Amino acid sequence: MHQEPSKSVEIALATEVSAIPPESPKMIDVECLSLWYGQTQALKDITLRICQRMVTAFIGPSGCGKSTLLRCFNRMNDLIEGVRVGGRITIGGHDINAPDVDVIELRKRIGMVFQKSNPFPKSVYDNVAYGPRLLGVRAKRELDVVVEDSLRRAALWEEVRDRLRESALGLSGGQQQRLCIARAIAVKPEIILMDEPASALDPIATSRIEDLILELKRDFTIVIVTHNMQQAARISDHTGFFYLGELIEFGSTRQIFTNPKKKRTEDYVTGRFG
Amino acid sequence: MSGSSGSTASVSGRHFRAERLDFFSFFFTGLTGLATLLILGILAVILLNIVLNGWQALSWRFVSTIPEKDFFDPATTGVLAMIVGTTSRVLVMTIFVLPVGVITAIYLTEYAPMRSPVTRVIRGAVNNLAGVPSIVFGLFGLGFFINFIGASLDDALGNSEPTWRQPSILWASLTLAVMTLPVVIVATEESLRAIPAGIREASLALGATKLETIARVVLPQALPGIMTGGILAVSRAAGEVAPILFTGVAYYMADLPSKLTDQFMDLGYHVFVLSTQSPNIEQTRPILYATVLVLLLLTFALNLTAVLIRAHVRRKLRALG
Repeated sequence: MHQEPSKSVEIALATEVSAIPPESPKMIDVECLSLWYGQTQALKDITLRICQRMVTAFIGPSGCGKSTLLRCFNRMNDLIEGVRVGGRITIGGHDINAPDVDVIELRKRIGMVFQKSNPFPKSVYDNVAYGPRLLGVRAKRELDVVVEDSLRRAALWEEVRDRLRESALGLSGGQQQRLCIARAIAVKPEIILMDEPASALDPIATSRIEDLILELKRDFTIVIVTHNMQQAARISDHTGFFYLGELIEFGSTRQIFTNPKKKRTEDYVTGRFG
Repeated sequence: MSGSSGSTASVSGRHFRAERLDFFSFFFTGLTGLATLLILGILAVILLNIVLNGWQALSWRFVSTIPEKDFFDPATTGVLAMIVGTTSRVLVMTIFVLPVGVITAIYLTEYAPMRSPVTRVIRGAVNNLAGVPSIVFGLFGLGFFINFIGASLDDALGNSEPTWRQPSILWASLTLAVMTLPVVIVATEESLRAIPAGIREASLALGATKLETIARVVLPQALPGIMTGGILAVSRAAGEVAPILFTGVAYYMADLPSKLTDQFMDLGYHVFVLSTQSPNIEQTRPILYATVLVLLLLTFALNLTAVLIRAHVRRKLRALG
């Protein structure tokens, strides 16, 4: 079924896909993706698959293109002037760069959590209800249910249940980031993209986010960009290692960290550079 | 290298020699203090001069009386008509300038491509608008609003008597709105730019359109900054006389204005009239000062109202959002 891509891709896939359990259905399919910012090429011929209800981690040194790739999945790169994309990304069988794709619809199906927690300067409640309201939910009872459910799933409900009407900016950094996760899952997306979600948090808040990711994995497909290799090792099922815009190696997290096939991957995961 | 160690020694040596630095810092602290004092002094002289000379002629009768044809007599004259005129032209101006200025600023910050020549031209035009002398705005208002738009309206409506083709509160307010447009645009642009990009991204990533993002997240947060622009515009416009000379102000009117197409009397213009047209300068001086005092108090009151509303909005944003 998935064997249509061109020859060069097939060769590339041969090693990479072997590491992925065959029973897990694919969610995102990236084929020969390249991306340019003006004249600079930020992504070079990336091919990989992201499986449903699994955590896929992108690691690599700063500027390697991992965040850029993540932002391709919900087309946030559209917001930057002068970005060109080549190759294909299919999500659930649809080419997301096809001209008939409604970007707004796409983004409603793909949640995103950013590096710097960015709650709206509104109440905790209004933050979580923002997405559902965009979808047209107006009934208070319905919103109440969604808000409580999302906050519970983001492991934040017990901490904020008495301050739903207070400003979200009064929460701690870790709470704000979990609020952003609650806000993202309130629209019931299929995929959650996380761009270094814990890089600005202390170790305790970080471990809470990591526990949460493992919990959310049951319902959502999660793609996470991280600088923290231990984090990738702890929470992800698959790992891709990027360097200078290229996908050096992609496979199961265990294989990448214990038995990397490429010298550069080994150097990076053992801390010899990066 | 011996050279480098020698220079290190001299650098650390210089660090301990403080007398010279002390003199300069003392000198400049004094200079900045003096400059501040000078400005405060000038302001104090102006305010004291006006208050001391004006408060005796100021009375409830003075501010609540519609002036007679001969308004140079301190015993009978009043400034109610001027208070009404100045207040209404400032309020009508605010109603026009805020939406136009805010929408222009939204276009410039949120929609216009950053480095395009068109955007640059628009921004340059806005800045140049701020540098145009106010009398030129007055002439523009006469030529464009009254002689062109007003005349066309009268022709289109088939009015035999000139209704729109004459100076009025409406045209004076529109002229002032054009004049204060740059103030509102710049203030709004600044407050829009101060909103972190992360918040816009968060909204867009949730599937909000650009318009939804602006309406639900960006504008509510920019509101205090927009109101600052409004306050600056009101301050600038309240005392302006030149732009309304040809577009709305009247030397004398027996009645208060009742509709937007009426002419009006104005505090600033009345100050000019009292100081240049009076048959007896000595006799008129107290009411001249009192009129200036009323203009100052009115501007202050308008500003204070806006500042209080803004404080309320800020508090609400901080508490709830």
